[in-house]
Amino acid sequence: MSNVPADLRYTREHEWARQEGGRVRVGITAYAQEQLGDVVFVELPKVGAKVTAHQAFGVVESVKAVSDLFAPVSGEVVEVNAELGQKPETVNADPYGKGWMLVVAPSDANQWNALLTAAQYEEFVAQGGH
Amino acid sequence: MDTSLKRTPLFSAHVKAGARMVPFGGWEMPVQYRGILEEHRTVRAAVGCFDVSHMGEFEIEGPGALATLQRLTTNDVAALEIGQVQYSLLCRPDGGIVDDLTLYRVAQDRYLMVVNASNIDKDWTHVTTAVAADGARWRNASAATGLIAVQGPKAEALVGRLADQDVTRIGYYRCARGKVAGVPALISRTGYTGEDGFELYVDAGETERLWTALLEGGRPEGVAPIGLGARDTLRLEMRYALYGNDIDETTNPLEAGLGWVVKPAKGDFVGRAAIEAVTRAKGPARKLIGLEMADRSVARHGYPVVKDGAPIGIVTSGTFGPSVERSIAMAYVASAQSAIGSELGVEIRGQARAARVVKTPFHPSRVKKG
Repeated sequence: MSNVPADLRYTREHEWARQEGGRVRVGITAYAQEQLGDVVFVELPKVGAKVTAHQAFGVVESVKAVSDLFAPVSGEVVEVNAELGQKPETVNADPYGKGWMLVVAPSDANQWNALLTAAQYEEFVAQGGH
Repeated sequence: MDTSLKRTPLFSAHVKAGARMVPFGGWEMPVQYRGILEEHRTVRAAVGCFDVSHMGEFEIEGPGALATLQRLTTNDVAALEIGQVQYSLLCRPDGGIVDDLTLYRVAQDRYLMVVNASNIDKDWTHVTTAVAADGARWRNASAATGLIAVQGPKAEALVGRLADQDVTRIGYYRCARGKVAGVPALISRTGYTGEDGFELYVDAGETERLWTALLEGGRPEGVAPIGLGARDTLRLEMRYALYGNDIDETTNPLEAGLGWVVKPAKGDFVGRAAIEAVTRAKGPARKLIGLEMADRSVARHGYPVVKDGAPIGIVTSGTFGPSVERSIAMAYVASAQSAIGSELGVEIRGQARAARVVKTPFHPSRVKKG
């Protein structure tokens, strides 16, 4: 079983979300990066862009595949991990840390509660993850 | 698990090694062991072993073998010395490519044709029916043959230490019979990576013994097993065509840049008239070219190539090139737009991304020439 930190929330599309003083940091899970393989390109929105829960906000490309990135919550992008432009492999090396993708200022605080807990996400992955 | 997929003699060894197995051309094959980028770099810097036992092997023997092969394949088989190998093509009468292959002259009247795994059945029908084999007999040795490619700058040191002969004397696109780690093998100095290396043809039942000996014996060289994922990135950096992606029955050899293995002067062969008609028409209307993307986005098979908003071609293969550290692709584009330096675009997710036609190979070849 992949690493699933207990203090994060998750989507069924394998993004994680972390509460940081009213803002939400977003990345993809250890399971997601394992499934993708070596990440070679990450396409992210610009600071100031609006993202919508359950809708694609960007794209991650591995050598073998391309996958959409889905927003866990709606809101405005207030930070983007620019380092991934030059070092996309960071997503593989440290998916919950330096491989983060966005920080969102959420527009609807209730959406947080609809996200999967770590236990729910682990069960989801154990059942096949899709 | 799809039980209709075929397996090589090394299937269990791959599973035991933790490989990720995927369907490829009707076979269940390892796409990666530890990661495509790491495996790619191992082959460029040290040495890697590939299970390519899924490839097909057809033998033809008899006094009529040469004449049969001359009529079937595009290259000049008469130029082959015993122990020499040539790259060649099978074509349809309309010039479309049935398959690309390597042809070995293993004895005076005996040849070995090595074809793509996904085409074995189609090719077998083609070679045995398109041309009457007068005075020669075909044998399909695909299932009975295992094949391991050992590729990288340290391949010669590894194979040399395990072989019963001096492999430094086997030149590029040459082969010799011998033993490697005690296993009888056809030792061929060929490959699909752009690095020096060997392909070792053995009896299917001996494949695992050789595989284990190479991986254990190659520790001083830093050997690792390499999956199909890195095989694809390695060949793409060399602009080697992959059948089913870059060439198929709708592409002719000239537009694919394979005119160098078409020898009309040798006499008639299946497809010659159609290929010569393309030459007479002042060359093909489209050409397979190399593209370098301005950013790291990956141009994949089937993506449109555009110029000033208008479609002018299509991507056949693309990846992030781990050694060139750029996103690269192969594409058919209108011949008028195919010049080196042409600024084009690739439509990726509805947006034209800047791309430039570049010289190929993308990465310098280090095969052992001469």
